[in-house]
Amino acid sequence: MSRLPVRKTYKLFIGGDFPRSESGRTYEAQGQNVARGSRKDARDAVRAARSGFGKWAGMTAYNRGQVLYRIAEMMEARTAEFAELCSGRAEVEESIDRWVWYAGWADKYAQVIGSSNPVAAPYFNFTFPEPTGVVAIVAPDEPSLGGLVSRIAPVIVGGNAAVVLASETAPLAAIELSEALATADLPGGVVNILTGYRSEMAPWLAGHMDVNAIDLGGADGDAPELERLAADNVKRVVRGRIGEQSPYEIAAFLELKTVWHPIGV
Amino acid sequence: MAKAPALPTGFELPLEPRLPRIGSVDQVAVEERAASLARRSIKKDAKIFALDLAVRMMDLTTLEGQDTPGKIAALASKAIRPDPADTSVPSVAAICVYPNLVPAAVERVRGSSVKVASVATAFPSGQAPTHLKVAEVREVVEMGADEVDMVIDRGAFLSGRYAKVYDEIVQVKEACGEAHLKVILEVSELGTYDNVRRASLLSMAAGADFIKTSTGKLPGAATLPVTLVMLEAIRDVHDETGRKVGMKPAGGIRQSKQAVQYLVQLYETLGAEWLTPDLYRLGASTLLNDVLMQIRKEKTGRYQSPDYFTVD
Repeated sequence: MSRLPVRKTYKLFIGGDFPRSESGRTYEAQGQNVARGSRKDARDAVRAARSGFGKWAGMTAYNRGQVLYRIAEMMEARTAEFAELCSGRAEVEESIDRWVWYAGWADKYAQVIGSSNPVAAPYFNFTFPEPTGVVAIVAPDEPSLGGLVSRIAPVIVGGNAAVVLASETAPLAAIELSEALATADLPGGVVNILTGYRSEMAPWLAGHMDVNAIDLGGADGDAPELERLAADNVKRVVRGRIGEQSPYEIAAFLELKTVWHPIGV
Repeated sequence: MAKAPALPTGFELPLEPRLPRIGSVDQVAVEERAASLARRSIKKDAKIFALDLAVRMMDLTTLEGQDTPGKIAALASKAIRPDPADTSVPSVAAICVYPNLVPAAVERVRGSSVKVASVATAFPSGQAPTHLKVAEVREVVEMGADEVDMVIDRGAFLSGRYAKVYDEIVQVKEACGEAHLKVILEVSELGTYDNVRRASLLSMAAGADFIKTSTGKLPGAATLPVTLVMLEAIRDVHDETGRKVGMKPAGGIRQSKQAVQYLVQLYETLGAEWLTPDLYRLGASTLLNDVLMQIRKEKTGRYQSPDYFTVD
């Protein structure tokens, strides 16, 4: 007797769980029925990110680096699956290497971006980078995996929590990535991935008062309107460069805090 | 001793021989009914109405060992003007504090519509001699409390000494004078819905103006089903005697969505007459900020952040 295949239901990734859209809707992308998230799913994702942020930002930099490295390990084991969902093996390997590269930066960016400042008074004066908070990422359509990893990694390595709006036309790599993230010791809510129509969710994320920064790297023509919506709570708006690999991509999502400490006390 | 108000036949108390006639509660049906009412979708104008009503019905509460007159001052300001950025948001019904902080509270709400409620009678345990409880009530009323939240003696109730519980409420009611009396059943210690119904009827018979679920000091405080049991007891008393007793769920109500569910249940059980702060209160401390965020979300069309609301 022939066996009925067990097919995967493509769902969202919110707070470490894999829920369907609260709206119950799906849409077709890359030949599959994918969850079509609603503004309420976006709201739930922001809530999950906010609750995951504290723990993640409070972990040691070294520990965050270990978790990022483990994401690379989890992806490595799924290389074949990922290769089918993007341009191929080369893109997968480049993405995995990118996690490793950013994992190395976890306990180093503070030394490069922070500083000890000379001041004309008897004080030590230090500048430290701190995470911005909850970051919404409008992921690019191309490359479907590489673009996603290039935008998520610099955001979370700095201790931020991310709500990622996956590519509308090519969301399957993002869904596969969420399965790697779920087994990588990443605390629930640090990365949340939404699939669906960008026009339905991006404006709600851009206008959300509890989102502290937004990466419009993949927003294309919608960017000006999203920037306007982001202005109300003075969100940090970043036009992330797709495919760029640099410590300044990390810095874009950090706040610099300066302390004055009296000398000799 | 004060004369107890009239009650339906069969509800007269102390009523050991008649207690069985109070009837028992169908647990499955009550939970099913409460759950089905909670599924109702309240949107747009109805939602704004419900949120506005929830604010007007709120007893903004702080019952901590660390409460200071400064904390009460902040709480009172918030009670009078919950959202400083939006004057259309009404004041809450009352602030609920410990006896020592009543003078500070009275001072701070003077000239506003906000009432001062004080817990009393050895809150939260109620394990003190009756004369001390009555003296405490007398004192908080003298200090200016408009409302008194007393706890029943659960130890007596659970050991079957209903008359003691009843007498104590009667005496406290007398000591209250003009002040409104809310009787806290502390439902999570009563164990069963039958006990909750019995304690509700007993409290109403003894003269409670309000019956209240919980102190908020225990986990598993107010729930929809237990509140429904109490609302139905209130309805039975109203049906037989015409007397209107108020209801106050308290403890564990933290989100606007829950508050709206409680209001739906209230409307469906007791009708529009009870949709007033005179007959229904929500006891809460953290609920207010969530309601304010929802109101602002409805008005601005943007999801809100706690960063823009006061830290209590």
